[in-house]
Amino acid sequence: MAGAGMRPIDPIASEPLVSIRDVQLHYRMGGIFSAMRGRSSVVKAVDGVSFEIRRGESVGLLGESGCGKTSMGRLLLKLEEATGGEIVFAGEPVTALKRAALKRYRARAQLIFQNPFDAVNPRFSIRAALSEPLENAGIPAAEREGRIVKALELVRLPQPQQFLDRYPHQLSGGQLQRVVMARALILEPDFVVADEPVSMLDVSVRAGVLNVFRDVRDRLGLTAIYISHDLALVRYVCERTIVMYLGKVMEDGPTEDIVREPLHPYTQALVAAVPVPQPDQSHDPLPIGRGAPDPRNPPSGCVFRDRCPYAFERCPVEVPRLRQVGTRKVACHLFDDTTGKQ
Amino acid sequence: MTEPLLSVRNLKVSYAVGGGSVDAVDGASFDVPRGSILGLVGESGCGKTTVARAITRVIADNARITGGEMIFEGTDIAAIPERQMNALRWRDIAFIPQSAMNSLDPVYTVESQLHEVLRRRGGMDRRAAQARAEELFEMVGIEKSRLRDYPHQFSGGMRQRVAIALALALNPKLVIADEPVTALDVIVQRQILDQLRELQAMLGISVILVTHDISVVAYVCDRTVVMYAGRIAEEGPMEAVLTRPMHPYTMGLRNAFPDLKGAASGTLTPIEGAPPNLASPPPGCRFAPRCPFALEVCTRAQPPLRELASGHRVACHRADEAPVLRELAVRTETWLVPA
Ligand SMILES: Nc1ncnc2c1ncn2[C@@H]1O[C@H](COP(=O)(O)OP(=O)(O)O)[C@@H](O)[C@H]1O
Ligand code: SF4
Ligand SMILES: [Mg+2]
Repeated sequence: MAGAGMRPIDPIASEPLVSIRDVQLHYRMGGIFSAMRGRSSVVKAVDGVSFEIRRGESVGLLGESGCGKTSMGRLLLKLEEATGGEIVFAGEPVTALKRAALKRYRARAQLIFQNPFDAVNPRFSIRAALSEPLENAGIPAAEREGRIVKALELVRLPQPQQFLDRYPHQLSGGQLQRVVMARALILEPDFVVADEPVSMLDVSVRAGVLNVFRDVRDRLGLTAIYISHDLALVRYVCERTIVMYLGKVMEDGPTEDIVREPLHPYTQALVAAVPVPQPDQSHDPLPIGRGAPDPRNPPSGCVFRDRCPYAFERCPVEVPRLRQVGTRKVACHLFDDTTGKQ
Repeated sequence: MTEPLLSVRNLKVSYAVGGGSVDAVDGASFDVPRGSILGLVGESGCGKTTVARAITRVIADNARITGGEMIFEGTDIAAIPERQMNALRWRDIAFIPQSAMNSLDPVYTVESQLHEVLRRRGGMDRRAAQARAEELFEMVGIEKSRLRDYPHQFSGGMRQRVAIALALALNPKLVIADEPVTALDVIVQRQILDQLRELQAMLGISVILVTHDISVVAYVCDRTVVMYAGRIAEEGPMEAVLTRPMHPYTMGLRNAFPDLKGAASGTLTPIEGAPPNLASPPPGCRFAPRCPFALEVCTRAQPPLRELASGHRVACHRADEAPVLRELAVRTETWLVPA
């Protein structure tokens, strides 16, 4: 079977479905205590992010907790309002969508939740859980059951009829995650954002859910964002990866290139840190400083520089721009020709 | 070979639920050698935490150890009175509970939580406790100026280091860590594992590392015990178990696990189905309903744990055919269930 990277994407023929330009999501935090500790009272969850996603493309948003990946996903689905910048979906600015247009957008762009047990009401039968979006979208009652069964077949739940009258607690985690996926797909969206959709599942079942995700995406030609902290999973479902750190994009490019030869020093550490199920592996210390990124108090200049083993004079004074380097974009002064390095 | 630090033999633990009981651990046997890290691995609900807690004998109110022995340095700690067991906790056997980093008391500084253990449990005076607390912080790589901080002032990774410091406070011989890196990001996870490995080697202690993640086992463990549905499927040297698994469940786990160092086009293969409900487990091999190699005998008789290579034990009726099964197991078709 072909890997995620083998799907034919014609970069010229496929125009961007989503364009994000200099998007910000800044939170103002409870003033006086943070001020007393000398911390800025603004948390920049997303800070000047730009990228485009072509129709049919699958993009991984990768980073550690707090890097802004989930916020980015929520902004894309307009579950959160950007405090700056612009998000354009199929030519229309998402920020400006109101009423009917917003409702249409909500049907076309769907979220697949992290925890399947949070995503469905425990008191709703599977039939009721899947009817809800259809009802909201004004699908006549007579059509609903057929669409529900079709959606459950799509996510490869065998004999869908037998699930209709069951309740979430009567399903295994893997079955429930498929139901959650069916619910997201039932209105036939063209864009899905999956936020760590398998992180709550055991390894032996996770693989099945990921296979369904890949298969459904290919069959429906979905455009997908897959949010995760796990590069091995992102690699399994996405041909392209965007690496985020403290609200900013550090690197953006073909997943295989990033796995094989990460360029940004942060990506290098991230790739080296991914655990592999092989006894024979490197135990070298990671090329990264200890400590955790603090979104309330990011370093000046390059936000990664306090943990970066290669930081030099320019890093504290200037924010690196995201520049094209070969097949990728990288935000690091080491990759700026004008510095004379690399 | 020197005698192991701990030998668990035929351990049985059950939980009272409703009117009946659930045998969450049904006859677990394994050894923890001195000066090594043992990985106890398996999926959620397979009984890892139950085994870990049984060894400390700090178990849930509705739990009962219904059988077996746990020989720790010559003493069967399953049989000793609670008072004697209590004297071993912290001093000989320390436990880092699952999500320990969230269970530090938010209203006390980490220093006072360390002092509590050092003074009350270790009988140290204030000054000795102070010196030891500083030493422990240095060992786990936190600046001693941060002793006065409250748990919420630390990141998740730092809190896990504090939990490790707490466990090491009284120089135990055995540390049991239940999913110590599960909720952490990969970079922090790796740094904590490095720290744990370094301390284990430096202090010459033994560690039981409970995890659901075979890559964590591959990174730090010397030996591993694979559990499935309350029983041990396979046990042996980590390298042998991961590269030459003899139990079909271990073979299946490897296929389901993404490997960043592996080929890009690899397909992950799930193990269809789900673990059995322990209130009514299948007779015979508990993996039989999901096992592509199950024979008629598997559905009838429980396979005994047999040693098939040096120190490598397997509970499978077809373990003798393991090399052939391994070849079949890497093929996706093997695991497809007929529709
Ligand atoms: N207090 C309890 N009461 C009843 N059943 C329990 C209790 N704790 C755990 N169990 C059950 O015992 C089995 C083993 O659980 P556990 O040891 O927590 O597994 P693991 O740590 O491998 O996830 C599971 O079926 C679980 O539901
Ligand atoms: S005993 Fe039988 S069912 Fe169990 S793992 Fe071995 S072959 Fe499979
Ligand atoms: Mg557990």
